Amino acid sequence: MRNPQLNERGELRHLLTLDGLPHEVILHILDTAASFVGITERDVKKVPLLRGKSVFNLFFENSTRTRTTFEIAAKRLSADVINLNINTSSAAKGESLLDTIDNLSAMHADMFVVRHASSGAPHLIARHVKEHPYLHVVNAGDGRHAHPTQGLLDLYTIRHYKQDFTKLSVAVVGDVLHSRVARSLIHGLTTMGTPDVRVIGPRTLLPRGVEQLGVRVFHDMAEGLRGCDAIVMLRLQNERMKGPLLPSAQEYFKSYGLTLEKLALAKPDAIVMHPGPMNRGVEIDSAVADGPRSVILPQVTFGIAVRMAVMAILAGN
Amino acid sequence: MKIHISNGRVVDPASGTDAKQDVYIEAGRITGIGDVPAGFKAGRVIDARGLVVAPGLVDLSARLREPGFEYKATLETELGAAVAGGVTSLACPPDTDPPLDEPGLVEMLRHSARGLDLAHVHPVGALTAKLGGERLTEMVLLREAGCVAFSQADVALPDTQVLWRAMQYASTFGFALWLRPQDGFLARDGVAHDGDVATRLGLAAIPSFAETIAIETALALVRDTGARVHFQRLSTARGVELLRRAKAEGLPVSGDVSAHHAHLSEMDLGYFDSLCHVIPPFRSARDRDALREGLADGTLDAMCSDHAPVDEDTKLMPFAESEPGATGLELLLPLALKWGTGMRLPLAKTLGVVTDRPARILGSEAGRLAVGQPADLCVFDAEAMVRVSADTLKSQGHNTPFLGIELPGRVRCTLVGGRVVYEG
Repeated sequence: MRNPQLNERGELRHLLTLDGLPHEVILHILDTAASFVGITERDVKKVPLLRGKSVFNLFFENSTRTRTTFEIAAKRLSADVINLNINTSSAAKGESLLDTIDNLSAMHADMFVVRHASSGAPHLIARHVKEHPYLHVVNAGDGRHAHPTQGLLDLYTIRHYKQDFTKLSVAVVGDVLHSRVARSLIHGLTTMGTPDVRVIGPRTLLPRGVEQLGVRVFHDMAEGLRGCDAIVMLRLQNERMKGPLLPSAQEYFKSYGLTLEKLALAKPDAIVMHPGPMNRGVEIDSAVADGPRSVILPQVTFGIAVRMAVMAILAGN
Repeated sequence: MKIHISNGRVVDPASGTDAKQDVYIEAGRITGIGDVPAGFKAGRVIDARGLVVAPGLVDLSARLREPGFEYKATLETELGAAVAGGVTSLACPPDTDPPLDEPGLVEMLRHSARGLDLAHVHPVGALTAKLGGERLTEMVLLREAGCVAFSQADVALPDTQVLWRAMQYASTFGFALWLRPQDGFLARDGVAHDGDVATRLGLAAIPSFAETIAIETALALVRDTGARVHFQRLSTARGVELLRRAKAEGLPVSGDVSAHHAHLSEMDLGYFDSLCHVIPPFRSARDRDALREGLADGTLDAMCSDHAPVDEDTKLMPFAESEPGATGLELLLPLALKWGTGMRLPLAKTLGVVTDRPARILGSEAGRLAVGQPADLCVFDAEAMVRVSADTLKSQGHNTPFLGIELPGRVRCTLVGGRVVYEG
């Protein structure tokens, strides 16, 4: 089975997941992103790499934030951007996912940026558009499966502050079970040679066999944070905070919320990351989120450059 | 018409026969094997040189989708698929719309099936009204209408009081319960085995103990009631082990596995292949190997097709949203042969899991090749390799993980009641 996101020359055809993406492809994306960071800081923030191309943001699940970052990235590459919030339009009228895709393909789309609540939806779309060789699919988050551009921007951020992946300890804290962000980051870090990737959380929020992804498992946050270079806090969705997975947000914060006190256990220069949007007082204390070690806002800035890089590379292949 | 099947390799798993013999058929029954019956004059001779002559296959689980789901499949298409696959008797689960919970529905189904005159259809009645898990069905009347057993199909029965009473009531009359063991709470929302693949792909998982807890609950109730229980479509190594111990304990239990589960594991999901979305989920390679072993050592009594034709569009969906199920009637023989070859079993033993062993569960005289038996036969080429393709499948459902794969065995001729119903 060929990796469905690479073309026959081994170049990126779609970006669906970081699982199985070769080291050199990830490196190429990060290096390209670095060249775009300069552009985003200029007065005129545009390059013509995607001029005349149509990028469709297909959001089957709401996310203003991610959609906006893709929109900005595409516009800075001079693409025409069309935003479709599909859970409020055709899906409500009963049109199937692939019918929607067929219709948009017929409008000569060049790129689909897809957010979907169901794991694997972007793979399905990528398989379906096989006969349109110049049509690219970018996964903007599918179910619990993958959020590769988030994973890449996390990698970019870590590299920006810590340089060499092969000397780092990185801890991912919280609801790994439901987290596409965690899966993508773990695959990215292990591919880039990070020797020590840890996940920290209660047993109810860790998927079975998570060690098989190449991580060490900790249930005690203090133990898991000790000596870390980077800490990635995951968002805890509201619906997880009651029911059989967790008793309450307060209790979660007590065991797994990041406070200054717990942060002190990590290396003195450790950075704190969060994919946003944050639940202050649930997974992270404001003193940490707004503190000097937080790189949460730079993550957002880098996210634009990383998404520009992904789109530019796809369009060039 | 009198039929003479000449020069074939006659394989009868019940007796262990595997010999080159001629078979003679008249008035719907086998009247001679080897020896020509006195005064036999064939109306037709079928040359079975180089072919295997076996009892017609008996399938313990094939959804025909009637009544209610005719857009997925019809009796006519699926019974055509059955005989094209050499299946001459099949049991169909009650999860139709409406479910098979009233004698009239069962009579109607059997009447329509008889009218088509293809494979024999043995309906499995609903255990509870509308499969709702609350009120028992009229089992005695359903039995009279032709139900061979009672089941909840894939619908959970969370109330153990109801399950206990159902066993007490069924055992009063000697009826069997067919249960597909799965704890509905533990399986809620799950679509894949709780293992490495579901973790990597981010699919909601069904733990193995969803199956074993349900088996243990049922076994406790069997010990109390003495009810006969057939466990359908086991998927876990631990489930096989529980069944093995229950049999050793002398409990009146049996079990089967689907042909798919005897070959595939969670790894086959690949990149979200919705054709591998089935119930129960494909589990680990270790589970699959235990199922294969259990079938070989007799712990599992039969291999069934778990035939579930679905509409193509419902598979063209993200994995979790796609409809579970795989078409199987035409793959039962090839997958049994592939399993038997892999396990290095003699052909008679291989065919046993799809003929006389399931027939015993069904309480049917079918599945054997002997003088006096109904002439339900399957004549096939065991050596031919056939590529599974949507164009050649007779079933209305083309949903199988084996599309494009070459499998052994080509059915050349199927007889039901001494009549040729399929030739290929």
